[in-house]
Amino acid sequence: MTISILYFAKLAELLGRDEEKLELASSLTVAELKALLGERGEQWQKALNDSGTRCAVNQEIAQADTAITAGAEVAFFPPVTGG
Amino acid sequence: MIRVQREDFDVQSEYQALLQADSSERFNTGAATMFVGLVRDFGDSKAFELKHYPGMTEKVLERIETEARKRWQLLSVRIIHRVGPLSPADQIVFVGVSSRHRADAFAACEYLIDLLKNQAPFWKKEGEHWVEAKQSDAQRALRWMDSR
Repeated sequence: MTISILYFAKLAELLGRDEEKLELASSLTVAELKALLGERGEQWQKALNDSGTRCAVNQEIAQADTAITAGAEVAFFPPVTGG
Repeated sequence: MIRVQREDFDVQSEYQALLQADSSERFNTGAATMFVGLVRDFGDSKAFELKHYPGMTEKVLERIETEARKRWQLLSVRIIHRVGPLSPADQIVFVGVSSRHRADAFAACEYLIDLLKNQAPFWKKEGEHWVEAKQSDAQRALRWMDSR
């Protein structure tokens, strides 16, 4: 299955991309996706596991156990600063 | 009404729109409150930019409006947030609320901007650095969680 991942603001700069498609064998949780992406290196582990980093799945705030299924839009971003 | 846009907005027009939303046979609006957020001048004339997560931003703002309507008796709600490059003194955000009575209008307007600042996916960039989230903003949003 394919999912898309979006990165915003400081996270996009730290990780050097703002969007990617990922091919996966099966559905997984947010925690599992973070572990998988964390294999890319220390920079990834640090950015994704920062206490401020938020994750959304299909544009809804997600928790560690939120399921990511085929076609999902996952987003990682730092604390918001609008207004 | 929720809008995310690059263009500026006109407060007088938004005020008129708030009042016109009262389409009942009798005019029920007794109070209108409005909040406008502006870009402060930090004195170093750095480029200032607002980014957002299109789609999710609108969803979050709609959810915040729905929650406000559950808590208070509101007639009309208008939220506008600008994105893109901005300069000191530019308007960034507008929150307008109309209701029968001022207590509901005051409380809902403050609630909407507090939750927007804490939950809507917008990010400010000044020059080369991203603005850090403030603990005081998180506290302001949190205090609504245990005051229903």
